[in-house]
Amino acid sequence: MKRALAIAAGLLAWASALPAAAQNIAMTGVTVATGDGSDPIENGAVVVENGRVVYAGPAAGMPQNAMPLMEAAPGTWVTPGLVATVTNLGLWDVGAVSESNDIRASDSPFSAALDAAPIVNPASQHIAIHRAAGVTRAATVTSASSSIFGGQGAIIDLGSDSQAVTRARAFQTVSLGESGARLAGGSRASAHALLRNALREANEFGSDARIPGIRSRPAEQGVGDDVPLDPRLVDNRAERGDDVLLSRFDAAALVPVVRGEQPLYVMVERAADIRSVLALKREFANLDLVLVGASEGWLVASDIAAAGVPVIADGLDDLPQGFEELAATQSNIGRMVKAGVTVAINAAAMENPRNLNQYAGNLVALSRIPGADGLSWGQAFAAITSVPARISGLSGRAGVLAPGAAGDVVIWDGDPLEVGAMPTRVFIDGVEQPLENHQSRLRDRYRDLDERDLPKAYDW
Amino acid sequence: MLRPDCFGGPMKRYALFACAAALAMAGCSTTGSADDASDKDWTAPVGEDGNVPFSSTYERYPGRPTALVGATVYDGAGNRIDNGTVLLRDGEVVGVGDASLDTSGYDVLDGSGKFVTPGIIDIHSHLGDYPTPSVDAHSDGNEATSPTTPEVWAEHSVWPQDPGFTRALANGGVTALQILPGSANLMGGRSVTLKNVPARTVQGMKFPGAPYGFKMACGENPKRVYGNRGRMPSTRMGNFAVNRQTWLDARAYDGKKRDLAKETLKGVLDGEILVHNHCYRADEMALVMDMAKEMGYKVSAFHHAVEAYKIGDLLRENDVCSAIWADWYGFKMEAYDGILENAAFLQREGACVVIHSDSAQDIQRLNQEAAKAQAAGRRLGIDISDATVIGWITLNAAKAMGIDDMTGSLEAGKMADVVLWNGDPLSVYSRPEKVWIDGALMYDALDRKRRPVSDFELGQPGEGDVK
Repeated sequence: MKRALAIAAGLLAWASALPAAAQNIAMTGVTVATGDGSDPIENGAVVVENGRVVYAGPAAGMPQNAMPLMEAAPGTWVTPGLVATVTNLGLWDVGAVSESNDIRASDSPFSAALDAAPIVNPASQHIAIHRAAGVTRAATVTSASSSIFGGQGAIIDLGSDSQAVTRARAFQTVSLGESGARLAGGSRASAHALLRNALREANEFGSDARIPGIRSRPAEQGVGDDVPLDPRLVDNRAERGDDVLLSRFDAAALVPVVRGEQPLYVMVERAADIRSVLALKREFANLDLVLVGASEGWLVASDIAAAGVPVIADGLDDLPQGFEELAATQSNIGRMVKAGVTVAINAAAMENPRNLNQYAGNLVALSRIPGADGLSWGQAFAAITSVPARISGLSGRAGVLAPGAAGDVVIWDGDPLEVGAMPTRVFIDGVEQPLENHQSRLRDRYRDLDERDLPKAYDW
Repeated sequence: MLRPDCFGGPMKRYALFACAAALAMAGCSTTGSADDASDKDWTAPVGEDGNVPFSSTYERYPGRPTALVGATVYDGAGNRIDNGTVLLRDGEVVGVGDASLDTSGYDVLDGSGKFVTPGIIDIHSHLGDYPTPSVDAHSDGNEATSPTTPEVWAEHSVWPQDPGFTRALANGGVTALQILPGSANLMGGRSVTLKNVPARTVQGMKFPGAPYGFKMACGENPKRVYGNRGRMPSTRMGNFAVNRQTWLDARAYDGKKRDLAKETLKGVLDGEILVHNHCYRADEMALVMDMAKEMGYKVSAFHHAVEAYKIGDLLRENDVCSAIWADWYGFKMEAYDGILENAAFLQREGACVVIHSDSAQDIQRLNQEAAKAQAAGRRLGIDISDATVIGWITLNAAKAMGIDDMTGSLEAGKMADVVLWNGDPLSVYSRPEKVWIDGALMYDALDRKRRPVSDFELGQPGEGDVK
C-alpha cells in the first residue's frame, strides 16, 4: 500500500513537470473568503475560467454554466492565494550556509543597484514549501548590508514553472533606524545624510543622463511593454561631479525612486523615525513611500494615515527588541487599521512566511482581549492577501477573488487562519500546482520506520 | 525503564499518581540515575555557611480559595474533563473532577465556554540571559571562550527585569521555564528552572526543589565557534573527543579540592543534574546516547531535535524526550530536514514529545505551536487527542525538567499553576484569560493592573499596555 502511494506520488511529480495548462474551476457550497476585507461567505461559490476568476460570491449568484463542479468536502474553504511581503524566497537554500545564501552582500561594491530578479531560483525548496502552504505570490528582495540601500526587489509567483519573476525591480529598499544607522557608519544622522545625498545624486544623474521614465507599476497590470526600463543600463556618458558618493550604477538605480516611479520601502521602527520618513516628502515630493516594520506605528497612526503611506508591519512584535521599539505591541496593526492606515502583515517578521495565516489569526484573537486592538477576520485575511497585493502593485490581480483577478485559488480543509491550516489544492493563474517538496518526501519516507526488507534509502 | 523515584526514595504524597500518569503517557521518564555511573559517593558541596549556594528564595503570593467550574479541563496528564471543576487552595490543586465536586468555601469562577490547563512550561528559553532590549551589554547567554564550560551557571546571567517574562505570562500562560546557556559550547553550563513570577532577584524566581539541568550541544555550533579560532573541536569527531575526555576526567574527580566544572559533571554522573542536549541530526543523537552509556549518564531531552522523527524508536528505547519546534527548518545545514510531522511521528512511536520555544516570541504561543504539530499528524491520519497535545507543553516538559512531581498537571497536591483560557487553547483565536502560579492570580486579562511591568518599561512609551 505504502509503495503504491509512493509510486502514485512519483507519477504525480513527473506529470507536474510537463507544461501545465490553466484549468477551469467551479465550486459551490464552500466557504469563500475573497480577501477584500469582507467576512467569509458561508455558502459560497467560485468560478475560474481560462486562468481568471469569473465569479466569487454567494452560491445563489453563481453564473449558470456547463462547467463540471469540482467536489468539495464539507468544511472546505476557498480563498485567494496568500501574498507574502517582504521575503527572501528564492534567494537562499540554507541560512547558515553562506555559499547558498544570496540575501546579504556586505562586501559588495553596490547597494541600490542590486537586483533580485536575475537570481531568484524558481526551484528553491522554500518556494516549493511555501507554495504548499498556500502562498502564491511574494515580494522578494536582498537585505541592506553594504549600505543603507538593500537593492531592488522582485515580485514573484510561486508556480512550479521556470518563470518566477512577474515584475523585476518592483521596489527599492532602504534601512533607517538602528540598523540603517549602523550601516551608514554609526548614526541616524549619517543614514539620513546618506539617503538625501543619494536621492540628490540620483535626481541629477537622471536628468543629466536623460533617463526616460516609465512607472514601474502601471495602473493596470499586464505583461510586456510595461516592464520598467532598467536605468542602470542606459548607455550614456553623462558627466558627474567630482564629489559624488554613489557609483554610477547605484545612482542610476535610484533614479526611478526619486522620481516616484519605483516605490521605496523604508525599514523603520521608532515613532520619531517614522515621522522623519513621512517628512521626506517635503524635500522629495515624488517619493512613493512604504513603511516596513513600523513597530511603533500606532503612536503616529494618524500621521501615517494622513500621508497615505501604506505599512508592511511586523505582526506580533511586542518586545522592546531595541530602543527603537519600546512601544511595540501586538495591537500595533489593529490600532493603525483603526486610524485608517493600509496595513499588510510583514512576512519577514516571523520564522517563515508560511506563518502569515497564523499571525493573521492572532490579530483576530486580540479583538477579544480588553484594551487590545485586533482585526476582524476579514481585515486580518486581507492583511495577508489583497493588501500586500496592492502594495506589491498587484491590485485587483492577486490576493483577491474577484472577476478578472488571476486564478490564484487555494482550497483548504478548514479555516485558513486557524493554526495548522494547510491547503489541499493550490492553483496559480488557474494552473494546479504540485505540493511535493523535500519536506513532503521526507514525510512520506518516514511514515513508518520499517526497514525489514531494505534500508530507508530505498524507500522513495 | 521505570522511573526509580516511582518506587521508593523521598516522594511527595501525590507522586504515585503522577507516576501512574507518566506511564500512561509516552514514556518520558527522565530522572532516573545513570545506568552505570558511580554510586552516590559524592554530594554537591555547600558553602561556608552550610547552605546550598544561590538557593531559591521564592515564596508563593497569597491567593484565594478558587473553584473553576464549568470549563473544559485538560489536566496535562492526557485526560479531558468536560464541564469540569478545578479547586485551588493554599497554593495547591486540591481537587480535579466533574461538576459534582463540592465548591463550598471557594470563590466560584464560572468557566463556561472556557478551558483550563496546567500552567504552560517552556523547557527551552533564554529569557533573562539573552533579554530584551537585545543589546550587546545584555548578551549573557554563551560563555563562548572555551568549548567546555560546565562551571558556568545560567542563573548568574539572568536579568529578572527582562520584559520577555511578562509577555510569556500574559500571552503564553507560561508559569515555569528552564533558562539554558546557549549552544556555542559542547558543555554550556548549568541551566536554571524559574517560576514565572517577577522578582527583584533571580533567587526570588528560582523554582524551589527543581533539579539543575546541564546544557550540552552537538554538531555545527561548537565546531564552528572553536574551529574558526583554530582550536579543537573543529569537526564533529573533535566534538566527541573533547566530550569524552571531559567525562573521563570528571569520573576521576574525587571532590577533595573544589572544582566548579567537575562538581557539575559529577552531579550529572550521579543523576542529580539532568542533561539537555542541543542536537539536530538523528545520527548524532544516536551517537550521543551511546556516549552517555559509555560514560554513565543519561540524556533527559534532546533540544531542537528536528530529525528526531527518523529515530523515534531509538529515542523511545533510550527513554529520551525530544524538545522540538513545530515548524522551524532550513536556517542551518543540520536543520535542513525539519518537517512538520516531527512531533506526530515521535508520538506514533511512543516517544516523548515536548514542544519548546527557544524564542522570546514563540514562548508566547507554545499552545499554537503544539496545535500546528498536532494538525500535521492529523493530515496523515495520526490522530493525537487535544488532551495529549496539551501534555507536550505541560507534563512532558515538567518530566524532562524533573519537576513533574510538583507541577505540569492538574492533580491534587501539585502546585496550583493553572491557566484559564478564553477558548480552546489549541485554537489561534484563544488567549489566556487568567493565570495562577501557586494559587496566586498573577495575570488577569480583565484587570488592567493584574499584569507585571518590568522596571525597564516604567516611564517608557507603552508602559502597561496589553502588549
